[in-house]
Amino acid sequence: MSRQSAIEIAGVSKQFGDFTALDHVDFKIQQNEFFTLLGPSGCGKTTLLRMIAGFETPTQGDILLNGKTISDSPAHRRKINTVFQNYALFPHMTLAQNVAFGLENLGWAKGDIKSRVDEMLEMVHMAQFARRKPDQLSGGQKQRIALARALAPKPEVLLLDEPLSALDLKLRQSMRDELRRLQRETGITFVFVTHDQEEALDMSDRIAVMGNGRVQQIGAPDEIYEAPENRFVADFIGETNFLDGEVTALDGDTATIHTALGIDVTTTQSGVTAPGPAVLSIRPEKIGLEAQAEGETREGTVVSRNYMGGFTHYTVEAGGVSLRVSRRNAQARADRIEVGDTVTLGFQPANARILGQ
Amino acid sequence: MRKQRDIRSYPGLRTLSLVFFAWLYLPIGVVIFYSFNSNRLVSVWEGFSTKWYVSALQNDALMSSVRVSLIVALFSMIFATTIALLAALVITRAPGLKMRRVSETVVNLPLLLPEIVLAVAVLILFSQVGLNSGMFRLVLAHVAFCTPFAFMPIRARLQGMSLDVEEAARDLYAPPLTVFRRVTLPMIMPGVFAGAMTAFVISMDDFITSNMLNSGGGTTLPIYIFSLIRQGTTPELNAISTLLILVSLILATIVLILNARAMRRDG
Repeated sequence: MSRQSAIEIAGVSKQFGDFTALDHVDFKIQQNEFFTLLGPSGCGKTTLLRMIAGFETPTQGDILLNGKTISDSPAHRRKINTVFQNYALFPHMTLAQNVAFGLENLGWAKGDIKSRVDEMLEMVHMAQFARRKPDQLSGGQKQRIALARALAPKPEVLLLDEPLSALDLKLRQSMRDELRRLQRETGITFVFVTHDQEEALDMSDRIAVMGNGRVQQIGAPDEIYEAPENRFVADFIGETNFLDGEVTALDGDTATIHTALGIDVTTTQSGVTAPGPAVLSIRPEKIGLEAQAEGETREGTVVSRNYMGGFTHYTVEAGGVSLRVSRRNAQARADRIEVGDTVTLGFQPANARILGQ
Repeated sequence: MRKQRDIRSYPGLRTLSLVFFAWLYLPIGVVIFYSFNSNRLVSVWEGFSTKWYVSALQNDALMSSVRVSLIVALFSMIFATTIALLAALVITRAPGLKMRRVSETVVNLPLLLPEIVLAVAVLILFSQVGLNSGMFRLVLAHVAFCTPFAFMPIRARLQGMSLDVEEAARDLYAPPLTVFRRVTLPMIMPGVFAGAMTAFVISMDDFITSNMLNSGGGTTLPIYIFSLIRQGTTPELNAISTLLILVSLILATIVLILNARAMRRDG
């Protein structure tokens, strides 16, 4: 017997006038999962989150919480809480009153509310600020209170709408770890919305990559990165080189493509239904230079070199095609490749992927 | 080091400002000063006295007009603010409201119409429906032109308030009325208070409509003061005016303090 899913999105569409924000979205979020909706702005991820919270109604389709439809229940009857992008703390209440707000509406006893508020403030390391007002807090502190307030009523699902985007870089990293810790400790299903792929890859159990109002791919972070199912996902997650080509042979999940580089590559494919135009996607760090050039090799000329600290990025031109190649610091310093050098580049076919147009 | 070119260093600005403020406040200062004059002649200083305050407070006709004005202003304020609050809530919050601009214009229309038009219209209407009771007529008429004054600051605060906090309240299990009572209302309170104070002052201050509807038991303070002036000014008038200035200053200060506090909190 499969586990009951926490959230089920069943054929949900959303129209705003002529604009289709979501187009027949279908997926399930498991219990205790750290699930991320990842996509560029305007992809519909925030609309979807707002529909789960109850601030928007689907034009079509159904949303289920623990197997029961919640499409008809208003936001205040859903056992789902939200951490808002700009925190949305109540400015006229103290932090303790902010955290107590949900519990009071649920009709908790006074004593229970007090101990739960203390416990939550303790959990986010803000106990000493209980009597302060939100305007006396820094961004990171507001974030913690927003979390404590949303987690206090023990929701079945916690929604997080780009909660880290307003924080500075250092703070963002520590809040990532904090969020993971809170998710493990509470065992609550987290649905996290972000446009930051690094955040998504770092924190999530599973990611739904969204684009143009549709779910493009759902999978664990390594699946999304290593085995993108289409061009959109390969392009949006990380960096990649697309080589135009022509599929000459197709056998289930495997295909052979004749690329613009002038070489034939046989590897896994997705989205190709018949021989014809397709692309070969190969990540910059999976292309080897000189001694590391293995598998399919070609000669090329280095046309640019960008030193990025931990990495060095090269652009190599080979057979009329520009390829981005990335080397780790130690390797790049040993290689001493300069602009204008002729180099051998190569990649293992297994590390490349053929994608339909 | 070059001296900072500050607007305050422009030649003549200081003098100009002093003249301006003297022109603005000198008449008021004169009124306050002569309210403590013991001489019966308003413009001849004799000595310090508070007897005109005593005499004003013992003048039954005057006190009765003050009472009428206060009662009318209080009820006009309550009704106008309530109507303005409801209108502002619908106009700023109702999803997919049709004719939003039209609704807003209708609420604000009394501001654009000359008051005399409104006053005549109200007078004709009341005589046609046979409404004669003094204060009730005044309240009804005052509510009509006080509402837009109460509406503007309330709508401004509702529009300036981010919708997120209301969504957060709904998200935290608050049904609509609780959201309004515990989040929306406390957050727009400075606007509601400013609107109520403005409505109160506008009602207290009204002359044209109140004069049109003047009747036994319905004489407001401005109408009474006007009738006194026609018999020649008395030092009692100075005393009443000074008291009115004091009350207005207190109200204006409270509004300022509340707004400053809310700005700091929400900023």
